[in-house]
Amino acid sequence: MSERPLTGRLRPDGEAVGLAAYEEAGGYRALARALRELSPEEVTEEVTRSGLRGRGGAGFPTGTKWSFVPMGEDAPRHKVLIANADEMEPGTFKDRLLLEGDPHQLLEGMMLAAYAIQADTATIFLRWEYRVAARRLERAIAEAREGGYLGRDVLGSGWSLELHLHVSAGRYMCGEETGLLNALEGKRATPRAKPPYPQISGLWGRPTIVQNVETLCNVPHILARGAGWYRGLSASEDAGTKLYGVSGKVRRPGLWELPIGATGREIVEERAGGMCDGLALKGFLPGGASTDFLTAEQLDVPLDFGSCERAGSRLGTGTLIVLDDGTCPVGMVHNLERFFAQESCGWCTPCREGLPWVARILGAIERGEGREGDLDLLESHCGYLGPGNTFCALAPGAVEPLQSALKHFREDFERHIESGRCPWREESR
Amino acid sequence: MLSPDEIRDIDEALARVPRPEGASIEVLQIVQRHRGWVSDEALRDVAEHTGLSVHELDGVATFYNLIYRKPVGRHVIHQCDSVSCWIMGCERLHAALCECLGVGGFGETTDDGRFTLLPIQCLGTCDHAPALMVDEDLHRDLSLDGMDEILEGYE
Repeated sequence: MSERPLTGRLRPDGEAVGLAAYEEAGGYRALARALRELSPEEVTEEVTRSGLRGRGGAGFPTGTKWSFVPMGEDAPRHKVLIANADEMEPGTFKDRLLLEGDPHQLLEGMMLAAYAIQADTATIFLRWEYRVAARRLERAIAEAREGGYLGRDVLGSGWSLELHLHVSAGRYMCGEETGLLNALEGKRATPRAKPPYPQISGLWGRPTIVQNVETLCNVPHILARGAGWYRGLSASEDAGTKLYGVSGKVRRPGLWELPIGATGREIVEERAGGMCDGLALKGFLPGGASTDFLTAEQLDVPLDFGSCERAGSRLGTGTLIVLDDGTCPVGMVHNLERFFAQESCGWCTPCREGLPWVARILGAIERGEGREGDLDLLESHCGYLGPGNTFCALAPGAVEPLQSALKHFREDFERHIESGRCPWREESR
Repeated sequence: MLSPDEIRDIDEALARVPRPEGASIEVLQIVQRHRGWVSDEALRDVAEHTGLSVHELDGVATFYNLIYRKPVGRHVIHQCDSVSCWIMGCERLHAALCECLGVGGFGETTDDGRFTLLPIQCLGTCDHAPALMVDEDLHRDLSLDGMDEILEGYE
């Protein structure tokens, strides 16, 4: 059994780990030691050395991101650390477990990150639907304040930190870091131009770091046990563990913390028990809705950042969505693109106009009203909506499952158009 | 007119942000919590109290999925229609749910004002798809014939 630093403390009854239990298991010791013995820069250096990369989808090296924040006496007095708990990527359900099960682990990670960049304010940006998490986080924040881990002069270090919970009113765009900042300023969650990057000018113009929940949960363990230990958790080119999930028609859908770089086969066949009776795996999205399909032949690709990219996809959030041969790929992609069209914030034209167009074409094909030339049209949209043509990453992300489906499942699209119906419709759905 | 309770909650929210517009989402959530939805009148009341413009507030109110600019029933059902739930049969579940409620689809409220049925983006419980929420409660691993039993609990 491999080590599971992030989920090892979780209670079997699903209740949250309270402050006393968290401290008993070694919690907040990394924070106490960092405040006593390490400079903020040394904390950042340790995280950089660990090789930790962002677990929210983009995979940016965490320590490097922190190193962009202005430090020292000339730096702005107010800085901000934000935990992105707006888990809205379809098919993604990993941060929920960490938020509900071990809220203090996230808080300690946030405190360490805030200390490293010398932030005085921290905010958890939580989606409204995570009601249980909201209650448990509120409670954990109160416990941490009482325990002297938050507020003025944390543990006698002279450094102060306020930490709040913001509950979102719901929009996928809030997961995009500059959209999130606009939401926290009470605006529509449209993206901001970069530069300036949030690390220089973020919330209310203050240097700001936005970090995914799972990423932050790694930080206390890295500081407690060292960058070398962390790198050793995985045999792949990336460091640490990863929460991998599987949804779709597998025997045991679920979530597992594994050394980063586990293969799709290991996750789907060993952990999730393989496909449901009578069904075969046709393809899978390795990391949420906005990643390219991988096929059954690619099940042995290690799911780390580099290997996924070389296989033509992205690790994304690491939660696999499995497409079985009893489910229509056109219908699945239609569902995905309808979501993206709906959630486009409307800020830039290609995304606002292009995604609904794409969704309409896919809907027509699925209903059996597809026309010759539709697939070429979809392909040109993949170009118009691709990287470099839109303001943020929403549309390029939306294109990933579409362009890969057109490549891998082209015959299925053609069959819809030629026969004027969805070959899957009559059967089960 | 804002009630004393609303004013207290709104002022608390305003105190937490450097500028009043920073609290606009929270303020709208507060009004909705008290009144069920955000009417034109509510927008005007909030604008007057916070000094924000009605149009600014409406721009925010109409952007976010969970701010209602139309009245809703006593209970709101949010059914997930995203990809994992779709694979696991949310369309058939939707049909069963509509039949159970006697409504024609998303966006409708039952005649007795008990339920409003709305779609919601992925609820982040995909290993237990299909799923929905009624008010603040999550219901998952749903089956076609289990709908009545779930709805019974909400009067």
